[in-house]
Amino acid sequence: MSPTTTTAPEAAVPERGQADVRTVPHRRRRRFRPRHPGVAFAAWAAAAVFFSPVLWMFLTGFKQESQASTDPPTFFFVPTLDQYRAILGRDFTPYFLNSVSASVFSTILVIILATPAAYALSIAKIPRWRDSLFFFISTRMMPAVAIILPLYIIAKNVGVLDNVTMLALVYTVMNLPIAVWMIRSFLVEVPKEVLEAARIDGATFGVEIRRVILPMIAPGLAATALICFIFAWNEFFFAVSLTATQAATVPVFLVGFITSEGLFWARLSAASTMAALPVIIAGWVAQKWLVRGLSLGAVK
Amino acid sequence: MTTRSRARRTPLALAAMAATLPLLATACAGAGGGGGGDGERTVTIATVANPQMQDIEKLSARFEEDHPDINLDFVILPENELRDRVTQDIATQAGQYDVVTIGTYETPIWAENGWLAPLDEYASDPAYDVDDILTPVREALSYEDTMYAAPFYGESSFLMYRKDLFAEAGLTMPEQPTWQQVADFAAKLDDPASDTAGICLRGLPGWGEVLAPLNTMILTFGGQWYDENWNAKLTSPETKEAVQFYVDLVREHGQPGAPNAGFSECLTAMGQGNAAMWFDATVAASSLEDPKNSKVAGKIGYAPAPVMETEKSGWLWAWSLAIPETSQQKDAAWEFISWATSKEYMKLVGNELGWTRVPPGSRQSTYEIPEYQQAAEAFAEPTLNAIQNVDVRQPGVHPQPWVGVQYVAIPEFQDLGTTVSQEISAAIAGRQSVDEALTKAQRYAEQTATEGGYRK
Repeated sequence: MSPTTTTAPEAAVPERGQADVRTVPHRRRRRFRPRHPGVAFAAWAAAAVFFSPVLWMFLTGFKQESQASTDPPTFFFVPTLDQYRAILGRDFTPYFLNSVSASVFSTILVIILATPAAYALSIAKIPRWRDSLFFFISTRMMPAVAIILPLYIIAKNVGVLDNVTMLALVYTVMNLPIAVWMIRSFLVEVPKEVLEAARIDGATFGVEIRRVILPMIAPGLAATALICFIFAWNEFFFAVSLTATQAATVPVFLVGFITSEGLFWARLSAASTMAALPVIIAGWVAQKWLVRGLSLGAVK
Repeated sequence: MTTRSRARRTPLALAAMAATLPLLATACAGAGGGGGGDGERTVTIATVANPQMQDIEKLSARFEEDHPDINLDFVILPENELRDRVTQDIATQAGQYDVVTIGTYETPIWAENGWLAPLDEYASDPAYDVDDILTPVREALSYEDTMYAAPFYGESSFLMYRKDLFAEAGLTMPEQPTWQQVADFAAKLDDPASDTAGICLRGLPGWGEVLAPLNTMILTFGGQWYDENWNAKLTSPETKEAVQFYVDLVREHGQPGAPNAGFSECLTAMGQGNAAMWFDATVAASSLEDPKNSKVAGKIGYAPAPVMETEKSGWLWAWSLAIPETSQQKDAAWEFISWATSKEYMKLVGNELGWTRVPPGSRQSTYEIPEYQQAAEAFAEPTLNAIQNVDVRQPGVHPQPWVGVQYVAIPEFQDLGTTVSQEISAAIAGRQSVDEALTKAQRYAEQTATEGGYRK
């Protein structure tokens, strides 16, 4: 989706402006000098605000249930692995494997399908490409709850309820429009001159795609894949509605700790930490690529 | 340079990933999807995450050892998701579940819809001893005198209070307190300086949250939701008095943040010593008496649910196991249900996991086990009495056209109850008066009775 490429730099600009106005208004005349301390502080403060719930979840996972639900909150405690032990006592592996299969399989399928679609909507512009672009995104405008019943009945009649492949296909459909938009925004950035030069050098269509375009948008593809992976990994509504025992994913495993008759925050936090780990690792691995993907617009 | 080398690597790597991962996906689906053939039967159990249910999952290996031909698969979900999932599954005849965990509210409604398999024939097996099940619980789980669900554990409500705080203040809890006495105690024990609320009462919206204690209170004040002819009675003087009493009590001497406090929040407040009294489910006792999670273990006294116009009060709920009509494995499902709700299961839990974790409130014989009597000394007797004192057919002063205490046993009550509970919660938060809340509630209730075709 274009916001990822364009809003990031755009958002940074007004933020810098705001930092100027709010924190150092009297220094306005020095506005051409870089203001690293203020900007850095604002960035760190924003990061801290966004990260604090994650940190709190992580800490809560090491508490006893009674410490996790005190008011005022408990900040100092003797960490315990009781909650993790209890979680591993319930068989986490099948849920984990289901999540990995559904997320990875759907992400690969999305990238394979979205890249040519995006190519047709950017470099080799098909007639009425604007309409098709809008048509793609319009499928995301209907809330999931509106389609769940037909989807459920179709799945039931075809006999694929509680099936990981079915879930992966649903996630593919769910992420496809976003991926088309994102990849298109990367393809638009590929300079025409480069493509023309390649063609003059006698590059066939296949070579043009493989040797010229794919390398240039690879960071963008990585960013798109990561976003699709995260969406698929965290998806709950379809997972809880379409699966039972065989295909249930990690988010479904997580809510199994919520009870109306007892304390559950510590255990739920521990389980959530475990569920978030693969995404954090994937994000960390893709970090270098992501930054490049986000700044791809700088090619111009 | 780097561009060129990446150009070679990326498509290859992608292709390799694309080739291997669908294999992984199918491999997993294959591994998980087995277990069907060769006379082996798989029983899929949909259940809630309450502590006693987690214990069943732990002990299920024992069942599978004794029944080598039956595999158990558990689906554990929060109450509301479970209700949605199971309703969807049964209504569309998908038949994914062989055993479902439901409460006293759903049982008669689902039985009337023809969604549940009758259990009388199964339960008549002398070894199961169906007569051992507590009468009010069995009545609540029956429809037209046929049992449709077997209780896993049952609960009523009682008043939990801090014996030490009462002694310090020179107060004595009567054998059968009235709500007026409870309000007076709450006023005396309310001590913001030491972070101790006079009483903890639920205020969280939800028909299973604030309405459980509130409806119980409405009944003992002589109020009701509907009369025998389904005329809504939420603005009757008795109902108004009860709701006003509840809202005043929780606003003046209740816990801070009352509009957001449900069972869990009150359990925390009471367990951390931040409340002097708590009127709630009898199952709370085993958590409060667990020294690992409670600072007040051993300091709690248990009194019967406070009354006003009726002789006894208290709600009734039982988490129960039922077999959907759509199940293809009804016999195997009953094998599991009869095991999980048997006398032997109680002893198994006691021996394996500890006697305080025995599922309470389902069988008379549980209360005759010496080890249980000893371990649950503080609350076993009050719990049993509370449940046995419930009259599920007429819990209040006036007759009612349904069976059940803290809810109206019609399918529309989930919506109606939730809407009304939001109005009540807003009154507890002080955003509107009790009169305003009840006027709206009355309108919703009238509408429900008319649209549902109940009022003739």
